[in-house]
Amino acid sequence: MPHDHHDALSPSGHPYRPDDDTPLTYWQTLEIAVRELLIEKGVTTAADIAAQIDRMDARSPANGATVVARAWTDPEFHARLMLDASAACAEMGFDIGPLRLIAVENTATVHNVIVCTLCSCYPRNLLGLPPDWYKSRAYRSRTVREPRAVLAEFGLTLPDATTVRVHDSTADMRYIVIPARPADTLGWSADRLATLVSRDSMIGTATARPALA
Amino acid sequence: MTQQRVRVRALMPPGHVRTPAYLRGKTGTIERPLGAFPNPEALAYGHPGEPRDLFRVRFRMGDLWADATHPDDTLDAEIYAHWLEPLKD
Repeated sequence: MPHDHHDALSPSGHPYRPDDDTPLTYWQTLEIAVRELLIEKGVTTAADIAAQIDRMDARSPANGATVVARAWTDPEFHARLMLDASAACAEMGFDIGPLRLIAVENTATVHNVIVCTLCSCYPRNLLGLPPDWYKSRAYRSRTVREPRAVLAEFGLTLPDATTVRVHDSTADMRYIVIPARPADTLGWSADRLATLVSRDSMIGTATARPALA
Repeated sequence: MTQQRVRVRALMPPGHVRTPAYLRGKTGTIERPLGAFPNPEALAYGHPGEPRDLFRVRFRMGDLWADATHPDDTLDAEIYAHWLEPLKD
């Protein structure tokens, strides 16, 4: 049957995705109306909006990984980062604007993890857009209530001797976790080290990737 | 210098506030002062938002949750000064 393909694969081997035919929500309609009015009144242009979306999409966890790798290899930068992370990141070209960034560092005895219980505050200048799970009610409510259980579900089971520090971004700060530098990476360049720094390791739901032998 | 102990006010005002309900009435220590920021409780309603001092407050998990499996784990949150009352200890 020509239309009987809901569970089937396309000729190129991909699953068919259903069309998104639901009506717009109230807020989606409002956003379109406000956007069109701003363009009509000359406050902004469609090209400006597209360019801003491009800038937002260009930010990725690779930015944060560069910062972490430099902190691992440049002790003076590390000191500046721990003292004032906004300024240290700005000097690398990752400006956080009017917000303030705090770097928290994992050690042999301390593990940090970031959450925003009130909404979805996230260091977008360093990590790009947050993953969907970061915005979920489950992650936001459970990370402050039972962080070790949440981390275990990410595959990270911490020893009892490790102190877990949860950071709830409730106001004007944003946070980045500086994961511990993996073993057996002595002499690695910052560029090579950055390949070990995952997005989740900078949120605190993972450690940095181990160096492969 | 000992850490300043504070209690989060157990207020339940209507409207937009940035103090999570689960921390209200709880006791912690000042982790660091952050400086003054426009009061979000006014900003949210289009008012200018006069600067208010903001602090990072550290709580013991055992002081937040009676059944915490690791009571010495910690939770840090940013709380505005007008939500904090100092404790003599």
